[in-house]
Amino acid sequence: MMQRGVLQRFSVIGLYLWGFRVGVLLIVLWGSFGTFQAGCPSALTLCDFKSRYAADVWLDLVIYGLSQGSVYALLALGYTMVYGILRMINFAHGDVFMAGAYTAYYLAAAFGRSGFLNRSPLLALAAVLALAAITAMSIALLIERVAYRPLRRTPRLVALISAIGASFFLEYAFRGFFGSGFQAYPEWNIFKGEWTFLGTGILRTQAVVIVASVLLMAGLYAYVMRTKTGTAMRAVSEDLEIASLMGIDVDRVIVVTFAIGGAAAGAAGVLYALVFKQVHFFMGFFPGIKAFTAAVLGGIGNIPGAMLGGLFLGIFESVGPILILEGLRVPGIYPAGIPAPYQLKDVIAFTMLVMVLIFRPSGILGERLAGKKA
Amino acid sequence: MRTGQASWGKALSLGLIAGGTVVFVSLVGMVEALGVRVIVVGVIDFGRLLLLLIGFVAGYQVARRDGGTGAPVVLLGGLVTGAVTGVGLAALLLLGSVVNLRGMFINASPVLFEIISFGRGTAAAPVVVAAGALAGLLGAAATFLPSAVRGPLGAGLTAAITVGLFQELLQIILQEGSVRNALREFIFVPEGLPPRGALGIFLSVSAVSVVWRWRRPAVQGWVAGRPPQARRVLRWLLLGLAVALALVMPLAGGLFISQVLVLVGLYTLMGLGLNLEVGFAGLLDLGFVAFFAIGAYTVALLTSTSQYGIAHWSFWAAVPVALVVSLIAGLLFGLPILRIRGDYLAIATLGFGEIIRLLVLSDALRPWLGGSQGVVSIPKPMIGAFEFSGPTQIYYITLVASALIAFVGARLRDSRLGRAWMAMREDEDVAEAMGINLVNVKLLAYGIGGAFAGMGGAIFAVLLGSIFPHSFSLLISINVLALIIVGGMASLPGVVVGSLFLVGLPELLREFSDFRFLVYGAALIIMMQVKPEGLWPAAAVRRELHKDEPVGVVAGQSVAAERTEG
Repeated sequence: MMQRGVLQRFSVIGLYLWGFRVGVLLIVLWGSFGTFQAGCPSALTLCDFKSRYAADVWLDLVIYGLSQGSVYALLALGYTMVYGILRMINFAHGDVFMAGAYTAYYLAAAFGRSGFLNRSPLLALAAVLALAAITAMSIALLIERVAYRPLRRTPRLVALISAIGASFFLEYAFRGFFGSGFQAYPEWNIFKGEWTFLGTGILRTQAVVIVASVLLMAGLYAYVMRTKTGTAMRAVSEDLEIASLMGIDVDRVIVVTFAIGGAAAGAAGVLYALVFKQVHFFMGFFPGIKAFTAAVLGGIGNIPGAMLGGLFLGIFESVGPILILEGLRVPGIYPAGIPAPYQLKDVIAFTMLVMVLIFRPSGILGERLAGKKA
Repeated sequence: MRTGQASWGKALSLGLIAGGTVVFVSLVGMVEALGVRVIVVGVIDFGRLLLLLIGFVAGYQVARRDGGTGAPVVLLGGLVTGAVTGVGLAALLLLGSVVNLRGMFINASPVLFEIISFGRGTAAAPVVVAAGALAGLLGAAATFLPSAVRGPLGAGLTAAITVGLFQELLQIILQEGSVRNALREFIFVPEGLPPRGALGIFLSVSAVSVVWRWRRPAVQGWVAGRPPQARRVLRWLLLGLAVALALVMPLAGGLFISQVLVLVGLYTLMGLGLNLEVGFAGLLDLGFVAFFAIGAYTVALLTSTSQYGIAHWSFWAAVPVALVVSLIAGLLFGLPILRIRGDYLAIATLGFGEIIRLLVLSDALRPWLGGSQGVVSIPKPMIGAFEFSGPTQIYYITLVASALIAFVGARLRDSRLGRAWMAMREDEDVAEAMGINLVNVKLLAYGIGGAFAGMGGAIFAVLLGSIFPHSFSLLISINVLALIIVGGMASLPGVVVGSLFLVGLPELLREFSDFRFLVYGAALIIMMQVKPEGLWPAAAVRRELHKDEPVGVVAGQSVAAERTEG
């Protein structure tokens, strides 16, 4: 990079970007400030530091965010591994997640009808998770074979468009198979209510989701770090050509990557359905995008980064609307903060996505990928 | 592959794939939905035809892949492939009679099984296998026909199927006028296309095709022999004919056709805008619908007589404002994402598009934009006392706007700016090194593309008379992207072809529209592998994607032209 003059460095675009950054920061600060100034007569007077909500409400939000975020993290693993190896966005990954959850719904419903669900709940949960993982894995492999493998040497735009096609194909195939309505996931009786942990009550489903995904992630991480195939995966993601020169069967590694990512997505789908208690053919789309956000946030290609990014995004998404938007008092327009802030929780997630892509495409833990030729 | 064993394996695996496809289209609901559309009365409906076509194509593929072996082996291969396909369907039939599949697959209905089994229950399983085998055999046999026979046969069959598919529509069009009525009575019966009509169409189209094949070299030779001026006149005549057809179509086709054509026109407008960004400049934009929404909301707010209307302007005064607003929106949208490249750009734009939709939908902006209730009572455009009241009238606004914008697009493509876009598409770093100001060029792509889509949005607002945030979902962005890819990236006629195929066709085949996105998805995947340049590709893209083919004179000419200009 050549030495640039001062004037050149402060270009109009640089200023605009700085304005963007400062604006978002101001909104966040002003909103959080407002939230902790509850009970003030006007937005501009300073009162005692007092939160609008009690501490355990915040804790509940954080735990909800953690359970949400651990699902994102599981899903983000698939994005990050595929991106690390193939440098492509597996746009259909969210729909693989949906496919797993939706197919396993029928097993869960059958268990629910036969009573097996509550006779041996953990076994039932394991079976449902396993079916979801296997279905999602097969679908991920099918997509890889049909839509991605023939395009490995084409421009990346071509592969991305093929991935978008695969995503729509999956969504509407499932719509055709299973109908366009919502299906209510059966509830496990033992997961109803709360557990008390260190003096605070945690919703049981959320605890189950967090524990299950942490276990799955730990297993995955161990697989990638400890096994021979995992080492091969890391080698391929480091440099595909050199790895193939070293005798690594790149095709096999790619297949394994898709299989693992797909299985994790399927399991994540069931966990997601446990929290939201329903499945739908379009349910994978937004979690998919958010999980991609999480992967980018953590530094794409980086497995611990994806986990961290998912958790961070989940917490931010659940705390953000209350913390920032509800306290965002604009005199004259919104004297009492933004109305219905939860409607805008996706706006927060997407703003975060755009901000990360603009200002730190390498993410929290990532290497500098964006510098490489896109 | 030439050895016998390998070719049997091929036949078996292709048959299994085709069998899977047949089961898939049955369970996904296509067969039942399309079964409503009878192609030839008393003979076949579209659902069954689809199943047979899959067997046919499988047989054809197997036969084509091992052309080296002898005819009996190839035919047998086709037979086996088709039979395996039929076995897949028969297995579904038997399974459906034992287990109630409906608890899981909502489309595994009695109607579906009746279509598959010809109403004879499980006893029909051998018939199904035989039908598959026959279709596969015919497919294999088709490879042996000389192209002079295959061409006309194919054309005749396609024509008969098309007429059968659209018989309802054609009957409505042919209702008025004594000549048209006589033609209708000659071809159709009230219930649809009878066998004699189908045979008539098949024979006449085949005959025309034979004649055309025989005379084509002569006609082409005659045209090539004309002096350039005369050829230009001929081209203008052809263009004039197309324009006349476009002008007359809604009048002849009635309200439904006009409605479909307006939609095609709107998607063409959006496609032209996105084509500028994706096709020319190589900036993949998945949030494109935001500009469409901005154009629509600008016109709605400026003209509406409801509580959200702020100015009560006329449509004609609001359109330029909508164009400017969406242009500025494009610039503002482009500024922050200037440095993002490749697929990150796609995701960032997707995020932007969703942010706009969610904001419009939210309660926070409800006092100004109406939230989920939208903006209603947008008056129709007027010229003097003439009101553009319905789709038939608004179609002409769309037509004029599309023509205008296609012209602007064509001029832009050939301008300095267009060349800069294409240079940037090929390689940003090299383009910058060649002295192209990437910032300006990118911003102009976003701005102008956004303005084109804003134009579409403006017309959309007056077409419906009311707008809701739900009309601006991500699916529209995907739709537009799909149509420019299917039509051919960076190709202006391709946009029109793409929107006719992807918007017009599903609208005409109402039963089909439930499967629109399913077919889009499959089409995108298949297009990317088989024909990534699209149906009507731009010359440069075609050359690039088929590097192994001889480049020929065209490339030489354009290189020479570029040299003289530079």
